[in-house]
Amino acid sequence: MATLEIADLRKRFGTIEVLKGIDITLEKGGFLVLVGPSGCGKSTLLNTIAGLEQISSGEIRIGGNVVNHLHPSKRDIAMVFQSYALYPNMSVAENIGFGMEMRGVAKAEREKAIEAVARTLQIEHLLKRRPSQLSGGQRQRVAMGRALVRRPSIFLFDEPLSNLDAKLRVDMRIEIKRLHQTTGSTIVYVTHDQIEAMTLATKIAVLRNGELQQVGSPSEIYNCPANTFVADFMGSPAMNLLEGKVAQASGAQHVVIARKEGEPILLPVPASVDAGKLQDGAKVIFGIRPEAVNDVESIDRNAKSVVRFDATVEIVEPAGSDTFVVIHAAGKELTARMRADADVRRGQNHTFAFNLDKAVLFDPETTARI
Amino acid sequence: MTSADLVTSAPRRLSGHSLTTRIVIYGLLLLFALVYLVPLVVMVMTSLKPLGEVTGGNMFALPEQLTFRPWVDAWGEARIGVSETRGIHGYFLNSVKMVIPAVLISTLLGALNGYVLTKWRFPGDKLVFGMMLFACFIPFQSVIIPMAVILGALGRIGVGLYDLTGWSFGLGNATVNLVIVHVIYGLGFTTLFFRNYYETFPNELVKAAMIDGASFFQIFRRVLLPNSTPIFIVTVIYQFTNIWNDFLFGSTFAAGDTAPMTVALNNLVNTSTGVVEYNVNMAAAIIAAAPTLLVYVVAGRYFVRGLMAGAVKG
Repeated sequence: MATLEIADLRKRFGTIEVLKGIDITLEKGGFLVLVGPSGCGKSTLLNTIAGLEQISSGEIRIGGNVVNHLHPSKRDIAMVFQSYALYPNMSVAENIGFGMEMRGVAKAEREKAIEAVARTLQIEHLLKRRPSQLSGGQRQRVAMGRALVRRPSIFLFDEPLSNLDAKLRVDMRIEIKRLHQTTGSTIVYVTHDQIEAMTLATKIAVLRNGELQQVGSPSEIYNCPANTFVADFMGSPAMNLLEGKVAQASGAQHVVIARKEGEPILLPVPASVDAGKLQDGAKVIFGIRPEAVNDVESIDRNAKSVVRFDATVEIVEPAGSDTFVVIHAAGKELTARMRADADVRRGQNHTFAFNLDKAVLFDPETTARI
Repeated sequence: MTSADLVTSAPRRLSGHSLTTRIVIYGLLLLFALVYLVPLVVMVMTSLKPLGEVTGGNMFALPEQLTFRPWVDAWGEARIGVSETRGIHGYFLNSVKMVIPAVLISTLLGALNGYVLTKWRFPGDKLVFGMMLFACFIPFQSVIIPMAVILGALGRIGVGLYDLTGWSFGLGNATVNLVIVHVIYGLGFTTLFFRNYYETFPNELVKAAMIDGASFFQIFRRVLLPNSTPIFIVTVIYQFTNIWNDFLFGSTFAAGDTAPMTVALNNLVNTSTGVVEYNVNMAAAIIAAAPTLLVYVVAGRYFVRGLMAGAVKG
């Protein structure tokens, strides 16, 4: 039985439908990340799970029980907010213990639980302080402590790291992952940061305009995006999307990518595509991740299908660990992720290679993957 | 930089300006300080002189023969209008008995209104708030007669309750009536103050408390109220000053021995018989003004800070 089941959930604000029939399930111990651009409804979805927003139709089940009309405090959930939402007038210990106090837990028991959580999060020395005397990272820990102490069946995180600086964000990300692994807790996590989504999730749900685009494991989302939106949204730099046409060449089906100047690039149909579905002359969108575009020496040696092409280097972006190279192909920019010491210069003509094992095709009409 | 820093941070130094500019600025400041302080000084000095020295001497002269007799007279001996009771102390107490419940009730209700209007929004909440604001702008003279009718009806209910239970529940009592009137007409302002303050109060705190299982009133009492000190003090000072200084409602709805301080002061000063005892009048006036001054001195810095907090945060 799944810990969290959401079935055909709809939410309307007046006449505007912000969640248009969401179906998701999450197993016990799973880490579900809701990701999407701002305004896609991911925070609203989280709030409906928490019970802070009423739903218009559909069903939410937690541990098998329908919770549609249950008060947030009765849903067996705990939530960590973006602003941490620590009560400014209470000490750290009081903040962590407030929920237990409201439920009428005896003081001695409360103190024991607070201490145990403080030890897990290494905030024992902060228990007497007020939230205003804490740093951002410490506040984050206290907010997590307040959630942990409830031992809920689901933790809800609402963009918990977006108020932290870049370095602390990475530290806390690892902290959350460690917490998930050691406690085996079930987590629903909202973020607009696709790196957070990829690194933390066991399951990612990509939302757009209140509609679920794809639900799957991080590698499914990354390698087999359901449509061009998911392909474009997940991954940084984004997946390269090039328009092409299906045509016969030397006796086999190929994707032909026309170029403004020079020979068109001829690509054998990627293995991920069922060739029978493609008709000659059909337009397709060819998608390939930047790391599957490289110079000939660095392309994956085990790749079964590699195609070389010449192109002019337009922009070189050294990023330390990698060098991102923007090249011109098919009248569209194409980003390649190359080794840090790759010998490329602006304006140079260079031979690149596509690793077609990693390529996908999309239908330009429906934007869905073929 | 917080709003408090904005208020308390030092103004631009004047040393950068020329001598003439400085003389003009400090000269003007001094002049206005004098204009405001002279009446107070005259009041204090007059109240410390025997009557002969007041009527015969110079208003600005220091007392030759220092006496506290006028203060004692004002507090316990002076005739107030036609009343049997002597001195203003009884009326002072009336005012205290009126102002403390009126301030506390109107402030707490205002806080509750502000809480509901910002954190528990309902269809039409803006309209309700807009209509409550009318209470801030109604000329009070226009509500006196309807109010009198309502208080009369409450008084009759009080009589009925008295017959039934032996206790009128305070209905019909002049001080209770004044508390009711001041609470009703104070609500507009207290609601305005608290609504604007809670508008910027993070909603996530309320959500977190909901998930923690706190009820409607627990959220109010444990989360909102403890974080409302600045606006609470602003509202208390504002309400205290207004209610203590009110003359219109006091003179209309409370007569004789039940009148508040302001009405008693008027009756003392506007006496048409005998000699006018200026020194006693001045002492009584200072006593009448003392509580509001005290409240401002004690909590004044929060007043400025609280008002600015509202202004800066919108």
